[in-house]
Amino acid sequence: MTALLRTESLTAGYGAAPVLHEVDLDVNTGSITAVLGANGAGKTTLLRTLSGLLPATHGRVLLDGKDLRGVRVEEMVRRGVAHVPEGRGVVTELTVDENLRLGGLWRKDRADVRKAMTEVYELFEPLARRRKFPGHQLSGGERQLLALGRALVGRPRLLLLDEPSLGLAPKITAQIMTLLGTLRDRSGLTVLLVEQNVRGALAIADEAVVLALGRVVTRGTDIDDEMRHAYLGF
Amino acid sequence: MSGKMKIATIVAGVAVVVVLTLVFPPFRTYQLATVGAYLCVTAGLTVLTGLNGQLSLGHGALMATGAYTLALSVNAGWPLTAAFAAALVVTTVIGGVVGLAAARLRGPYLAGLTLAVAVVVPAITSTFDGTFNSDQGLSVALEPPPGTVTVEQWQAWLAWGAALIVLVLLQLLIGGRFGRELKAVRDDETAARLAGVGVARTQVLAFVVSAACAGIGGALFAVLAQSVSPGAFPLSLSLFLVMAIVIGGLGSLAGAAWGAVLLVALPALAHTVTEGIDAQRLEGNLPLALFGVTLIVVMLAAPGGIAALRPFKRSPFKRSPFTKAGLRPLRKRSKA
Amino acid sequence: MFLTFDGLSRGAVYAAFALALVLIWRATRIVNFAQGAMAVATAYAGFEVSAATGSYWLGFAVAIAAGLILGAVTERVVMRFVDHSSPLNGVVVALGLVLVIQGGLGMIFGSEFRPAEAPFSRDAFTVGGVALLSRFDLFVFAAVGIVVVLLALLFTRTHTGLRMRAAAFAPDVSRLLGVNVSGMLTLGWALAAAVGSLAGMLVLPTELGLHPNAMDIVFVSSFTAAVVGGLDSAIGSVLGGLIVGLLLSYVSGYLGATVAPIAVLILLVVVLLGRPGGLFSRSAARTV
Repeated sequence: MTALLRTESLTAGYGAAPVLHEVDLDVNTGSITAVLGANGAGKTTLLRTLSGLLPATHGRVLLDGKDLRGVRVEEMVRRGVAHVPEGRGVVTELTVDENLRLGGLWRKDRADVRKAMTEVYELFEPLARRRKFPGHQLSGGERQLLALGRALVGRPRLLLLDEPSLGLAPKITAQIMTLLGTLRDRSGLTVLLVEQNVRGALAIADEAVVLALGRVVTRGTDIDDEMRHAYLGF
Repeated sequence: MSGKMKIATIVAGVAVVVVLTLVFPPFRTYQLATVGAYLCVTAGLTVLTGLNGQLSLGHGALMATGAYTLALSVNAGWPLTAAFAAALVVTTVIGGVVGLAAARLRGPYLAGLTLAVAVVVPAITSTFDGTFNSDQGLSVALEPPPGTVTVEQWQAWLAWGAALIVLVLLQLLIGGRFGRELKAVRDDETAARLAGVGVARTQVLAFVVSAACAGIGGALFAVLAQSVSPGAFPLSLSLFLVMAIVIGGLGSLAGAAWGAVLLVALPALAHTVTEGIDAQRLEGNLPLALFGVTLIVVMLAAPGGIAALRPFKRSPFKRSPFTKAGLRPLRKRSKA
Repeated sequence: MFLTFDGLSRGAVYAAFALALVLIWRATRIVNFAQGAMAVATAYAGFEVSAATGSYWLGFAVAIAAGLILGAVTERVVMRFVDHSSPLNGVVVALGLVLVIQGGLGMIFGSEFRPAEAPFSRDAFTVGGVALLSRFDLFVFAAVGIVVVLLALLFTRTHTGLRMRAAAFAPDVSRLLGVNVSGMLTLGWALAAAVGSLAGMLVLPTELGLHPNAMDIVFVSSFTAAVVGGLDSAIGSVLGGLIVGLLLSYVSGYLGATVAPIAVLILLVVVLLGRPGGLFSRSAARTV
């Protein structure tokens, strides 16, 4: 397997003090990688640095072996990277339909955008019933579906998901996790999944990375009990 | 600097100015007097805007209120001290009324309202032209100064005497509990409220204090010009006052003093530059443009804008790359 | 009757100007206090061209184009660098622009009033001896109507409109979705300034003429219109403009023209204290 995304001693933060320290990461094509860690471990900062919202102070990010330095945030989606930010990122002033359209605005292939939107509506049936509803009238779960669906309209190769389970009912979380597994298996989607819901994430992840205080403390396909106790608190 | 030191500095500064009036030629003395009059206004405005975070674009109108009150009182035969007292009382009352409204408004809404107040001055003088004599305005008949004192010296002493009183009172006011409450309300209203500070009360008080200062300043203007007219209090005067305190350095009385000097020095400088060349259009307009450019440059160069111009700077964390790119900073910052 | 049409005609202009304020407010949370001065500057350019070429329409086009350019330049050179940590920053910078523009205009053109010709007769038609409205009023209605419809279509029917709305509401999310947010901001400023220029070209012939300060009162009236309608509402600003126009027309007609600014101030105070979210807002409880 080849690494779609790779970071080399990535360091980033806000102001003078770095939040991420020398993070090395490989995300293989067609795999789901879970990034785990407690509050303040640097998970969100990692995603924000990957998508360029936050500039790296040191180290680099490679996508398909190409250095992403100097690539603007707006450009990332055209390279196949979709970042679904924490807090769901639905534009609450726009309707469900408008939010979905927004996900495909950058694409030239209008026919495929329409096709992708139809697929999303079929996949996320609750959204189909609320096409004309403004985002602020949706429930938390519906917003998460919408944010995810909007990313899918762009037909990404790499999905950066920030805490999709935040504030959601376990049943909906399980559905989302299953869906991510299906997308990986069916269309070869690569996912970098930031989660606090360790069990749910580990159930579908091919590999897990544990962050603590901005450093990778362990990684692998199996997180043993000792690590769990030490860094994840259960 | 401790409070006592600051007051000593104020007294010493005013003493130096009074000495200067004894040696300066009349024109320079008159300019000094103008600085003193402006200082009363900028000092009050910097307490309102710098320390309390309320932006008023209507202080020119409050000055006009003070000036017209003084003119009407003097022309009614009142002695000068009584006329000043009347100007003080009337602007305090008007300031209280505007302040009551202002305390419920924030940011651009307050700016818009006070701007409307500034723009409405000529309309009021025209509507009630029986009292205010419309665009012509009123002349102020002053008694000649006592003894061998020249008119300019007399004006300068009046202006700086008033400035001394205003500065000392403001320093006493902001050096104590009230000053802390002003800043608390400016920085975080909710936190101030939770700490037991009456937010609305503090804001109204700040407006009243600053209005009273503007009234005194306006009254001094009437004494200096020996006349009042709406043309002396245009919208640009209100804007100039804001410029002056921002450029001078917000929230400190020293900044207000620099601003007042700037208000007199910059037009004078422009006058000197344009003298000789036939450039009638430059006169008056050049300082306008200069003020504008200076203001924009100062605002953009200072990281954090207004906040950075305060004595206590904010942490560098407040400025993110996104603000530089013209975007609002993300709410969530360092959350993992 | 005449006062009503006159008020609606004025109101249409205030509506356009208020709409421009709302466009920028929604996109950047800045009330563009420099908009009046910017509109005057472009009107000077327009009427200069008209005077030089003898063609009103050429000047009209130049003024609108100058608005687009001035708006874009203002955003690119000045406004994008304004720090948003305090809402006062934007206001103060805009005031700096006012001084620069007014000072600059004064230096170039002098501070005398210059004539601003109307392209159509301002004499009112009469029906059965009652004066109703003039050709110029009809021109104002048509121009403002077209602009409002075009803007509505732009924002609701086009990709660019969707991008602009998304960029205004959620800049970071929009960037992640490939929207050129800074470009949208520039476009928003350009459009708003052009609409402001249009309003300037429509209002100046009905006032004393061209002067660096000619739009000061118009700005206050339009700000009031925007507040009446709610600063966040485009439709509200149009209705607010019409309301302010009618109020001004009736007050001028019955009480005298000098009272009109006072009436605007009173309306502004009443709305700000009573319904700070605007007359048409659903929730009255909002911090402003």
